[in-house]
Amino acid sequence: MTVFPDPDHARDLYREMVRIRRFEERCVELYSASRIRGFLHLYIGEEAVAVGAMQSLSADDAVVATYREHGHALARGVPAASILAEMFGKLEGCSRGRGGSMHLFDRSRRFFGGNAIVAGGLPIAVGLALADKLRGEPRVTACFFGEGAVAEGEFHESMNLAALWELPVLFCCENNGYAMGTALGRSESETELTVKAAGYRMPAWSVDGMDVLATESATARAAEGVRAGGGPHFLEFRTYRFRAHSMYDPELYREKSEVEAWKLRDPIAAWRETLVAHDVMDEAAVAATDAEIAQEIDAAVAFADAGTLEPTEDLLRFVHTEPSS
Amino acid sequence: MTTTTPAVRTTYRDAMRAAIRDAMQRDPRVFVMGEDIGAYGGCYAVTKGLLDEFGPDRIRDTPLSESGFVGAGIGAALADMRPIVEIMTVNFSMLALDQILNNAATLSYMSGGQLHVPLVIRMTTGAGRQLGAQHSHSLEGWYAHIPGITVLAPATVADAYGMLGPALDDPDPVLIFEHGTLYNVEGELPVARDPVDIAHAAIRRPGNDVTLITYGGTLPKVLAAAEELAAAGVDAEVLDLRVLRPLDADAIITSVARTRRAVVVDEGWRSGSISAEISARIMEAAFYELDAPVGRVCSAEVPMPYAKQLEDAALPQVAGIVAAVQEVLRTGG
Repeated sequence: MTVFPDPDHARDLYREMVRIRRFEERCVELYSASRIRGFLHLYIGEEAVAVGAMQSLSADDAVVATYREHGHALARGVPAASILAEMFGKLEGCSRGRGGSMHLFDRSRRFFGGNAIVAGGLPIAVGLALADKLRGEPRVTACFFGEGAVAEGEFHESMNLAALWELPVLFCCENNGYAMGTALGRSESETELTVKAAGYRMPAWSVDGMDVLATESATARAAEGVRAGGGPHFLEFRTYRFRAHSMYDPELYREKSEVEAWKLRDPIAAWRETLVAHDVMDEAAVAATDAEIAQEIDAAVAFADAGTLEPTEDLLRFVHTEPSS
Repeated sequence: MTTTTPAVRTTYRDAMRAAIRDAMQRDPRVFVMGEDIGAYGGCYAVTKGLLDEFGPDRIRDTPLSESGFVGAGIGAALADMRPIVEIMTVNFSMLALDQILNNAATLSYMSGGQLHVPLVIRMTTGAGRQLGAQHSHSLEGWYAHIPGITVLAPATVADAYGMLGPALDDPDPVLIFEHGTLYNVEGELPVARDPVDIAHAAIRRPGNDVTLITYGGTLPKVLAAAEELAAAGVDAEVLDLRVLRPLDADAIITSVARTRRAVVVDEGWRSGSISAEISARIMEAAFYELDAPVGRVCSAEVPMPYAKQLEDAALPQVAGIVAAVQEVLRTGG
């Protein structure tokens, strides 16, 4: 049961989703201009998941994400400027230019990456939650991963450990239908993902990942269950990636008509229509939000541009912890 | 080695257990996690009795999920706990290699120095107990290939006790390889129980004619070979590496530059091994000091066989070490 949020919060949700969308659209331009290199995995189409889910997390909670994590980092509060500087390979980047798009970290915000091994972050989330449980800290660790991860052994090991030890983990499975180019039905014998969670006696729900109110309310309920000592919870967000897997993907594995059909369910357009219909925003407010975000992203690009390249003399730093840090 | 400090005689296994117990008493953040370490008492009985003393939260039995519980150790370490993760045997650690390489060894660097993984992973390594090809290999040399981790190979009772404390104090991951044939070995444990350094090799037997470089489970064999050689009038120096990453190159080069001859004894396979690395370092830094090419005694390049005579034939043995030294002494000026 979802209740329409207060107008300020409703506008915040909209703004956060648009921020992620515009940020990544700018990333595409910068990639085409060779300012960003390496792999670039876009979250466009999936914004309602990170934005909705992040609303239930406090600063003390932890977030573990994947290589498609720009949206999660932004929604967690990692500054756009430091993310863009990271993608430019600059010292001012959130990982000092050591990580790139797939390895965004921000310890001060308990944002633990940025993991480019599918399912590799799940055991880490279990460990973060184990530490909280051993210390008696009432925190939640939210672990985001794609549906491709459920084929990995680490998914099953982590689900079992978290359930067995009743750890405060919120497993957030972003089911966008394709593990790179492999459709779920071509890789899984059981495509109902909540059934897998049931195998670990874990409360699990399937959520419309294109509806920010649905993602927010489902996460709120699951996080409340975790905080109340109910052990790990599993959420499947049914969503869709509008863009290619990465910048090198000719998309031979899916029909254009399928992409177009999902685009009709664009979470941003849908939420904007809802807000306009509820008189929470008008066209002028929408335009003002766009302008404000464009300004933030322009400033982020300028910051990244002005950033410094780490001297190659520092190549070996941080292989091990430095005595001062 | 004789020692002037007061010491008690104990086994490698008991020294390791004492080290764990002392660390847990000293720091509430320390806990142990692994397969059958609690109710069963530990596959090699290292953790026997600790469950009763510290309870199931801190002596935590895990399912057979190496990748899962090693990764959980990494996560707990990121949250400033001090986990000791036990993996039954080095071959099983292959199931956790993703977590060890892609996360534990990498997170500090990849995050620009923000994240620290103060994790200790202990595991049994090596052959000699007729356990066949999936419980007997010596893969610590592989691990020594990886930047971002420290690789320890305690060969003595004092190191079995003394290395754990500094390993836990290290802000980065430390892997401790315990050779399976050492657990019952008795030795001297200093009563003071001071921590040892985990940066340097140690000369276990001083000598002048040749340097025998080894570590872990082959140290007793190399010391026995040195005694045989002494009876034949050859004064061998025995250098126990103790730390496989980072290598104590200074200690190796200093000794070899003095003795002018070296034999590396390593239970790992020869090709692409830590013995190859040591040989290359000697060539790079002491080529003109050498009177003979560096010799090597390694395991035969086979999956470890079960049958006793085959396993013995596959492993470095005293006779082979003596022969390799004699060969090195025969060649050169």
